[in-house]
Amino acid sequence: MNPGGDGTGKKLVQALLVPVAVLALWEGLSRAGFINPLILPSPTKVALRWWGYLTPLKAYDPADGTWLKWLVSGELLQDAAASLYRVFAGFFIGGGLGLGLLMGVSNTAYRLLNPLVQILRPIPPIAYIPLAILWFGLGNPPAFFLISLGAFFPILLNTIAGVRNVDDIYVRAARNLGAGGPVMFRRVILPAAAPHILTGVRVGYGVAFIVVIVAEMIAVNSGLGYRILEAREFFWPDKILAGMITIGLIGLGIDTALNRLSNHLLRWHRSLETS
Amino acid sequence: MSATDAPRILVERVGKVFRSPDGQEVVALRDIDLAVRAGEFVCLLGPSGCGKSTLLNVIAGFSLPTSGTLLANGRPVTEPGPDRAMVFQEYALFPWMTVSRNVAFGLEIKGEARETIDRKVAELLTLLSLTEFANRFPKDLSGGMRQRVAIARVLALDAPILLMDEPFGALDALTRRNLQDEVLRIWTEFQKTILFVTHGIEESIYLADRVVVMTYRPGTVKTVVPITIPRPRDTASPEFNALKRRLTDLVMEEQRRHEEDEIRTG
Repeated sequence: MNPGGDGTGKKLVQALLVPVAVLALWEGLSRAGFINPLILPSPTKVALRWWGYLTPLKAYDPADGTWLKWLVSGELLQDAAASLYRVFAGFFIGGGLGLGLLMGVSNTAYRLLNPLVQILRPIPPIAYIPLAILWFGLGNPPAFFLISLGAFFPILLNTIAGVRNVDDIYVRAARNLGAGGPVMFRRVILPAAAPHILTGVRVGYGVAFIVVIVAEMIAVNSGLGYRILEAREFFWPDKILAGMITIGLIGLGIDTALNRLSNHLLRWHRSLETS
Repeated sequence: MSATDAPRILVERVGKVFRSPDGQEVVALRDIDLAVRAGEFVCLLGPSGCGKSTLLNVIAGFSLPTSGTLLANGRPVTEPGPDRAMVFQEYALFPWMTVSRNVAFGLEIKGEARETIDRKVAELLTLLSLTEFANRFPKDLSGGMRQRVAIARVLALDAPILLMDEPFGALDALTRRNLQDEVLRIWTEFQKTILFVTHGIEESIYLADRVVVMTYRPGTVKTVVPITIPRPRDTASPEFNALKRRLTDLVMEEQRRHEEDEIRTG
């Protein structure tokens, strides 16, 4: 623990020093006219645009529905919801967990399937875009396909590694205590592999988040990826930047949430010292 | 023989041959004969490589012997079972379970009722002075405490046979003595049959009714030394030290063979 709390304050100042300085320099150069606002608008302009992007487009009118519905009717929230919906849907379609568990537990399944996995794994999900459009046309289906591909391999590979690396001592101890079959799997193999699996989930989510932005630039006309590409067509660099910042904030938010979840689920793990 | 006289563990002409990856055969155990009576405390003593842990693993059912017969509780050993509870040197606690969940695990597999499980776990935690650690995870415990949990976990099974594979090898001397007394207390109170693997000469004399000295590769029974000193045993007494000298000579003969073998094979 920090004595007093001076440490926290000092750390906060250190953490904010460089970002604030960069913003100040950027704002100063913009106001002095050194930067063409069509190339790079000033931070205040971007912030204002971001606020406009976040807030509802029209004034509140009770005839259109509830106040809450009005509050979330802004473009940003609608776009973020569309993107997140695609990420999570694709993530769950892709999974990789089930196949990973199978390939981890069964040597036969591993020997049969691993060569194919190794051949397909190095192909970046983005390279599937032409095929995705050919097979699924436009709209959500190709986006789901690409996102699930992106999430699939990290989860698959980490799950396989997790299950195959379960320390034999746990298996022996559990057998000695009478465990076998489903109990062994559910109460020993699965929790012992959990650190690897959760790493796979975090990496898989990261790839899915990259792929959703790309997919939205190509196949659909909603979502954060679509919005920043649209802004380019209208020559709105402030909106491009506002969209990028939104993508960054959402990515950071979800990663933090996953990190918290993982720390909670793995609170028993040696690498996490509780005080 | 009446049922009570029948040995708890009966090992007859048991051999175990391993095949190394380059195709060479290693004879780990040859013609082992050993009968452990109900309620007896037997130590297997020898240098590393003498096959004492291999023998324990075979009795536990983790690997099958390549020859000979093996009975535990009157039945042939074919697989691991909760009638032969094993305590490992590396504790083998499930790190994702709290202390009480670890102790409850075997009972849950047996399908005991929740109230029975809770009651038995509470009793065992009290018996091993673990009550205040009930909701801790193993990573937050010292080695000695972890081994206490491992002992509580196998006691929950109510197995007549306890197999202990160098359980205190990784502990400091004071913690080890404490746990040795704990095991003796449990052995007396619950009338367990204990087969205890160790390379600690003093440990074997302190604990056992009989010490089985094993030879270095192939593992065979070199000598069986009965320990008749009444318990609690004084490690500083003349009888204790006489036995210590005798067993040291026996074990060191095998240790020298082990070292010569290591020098020869590089």
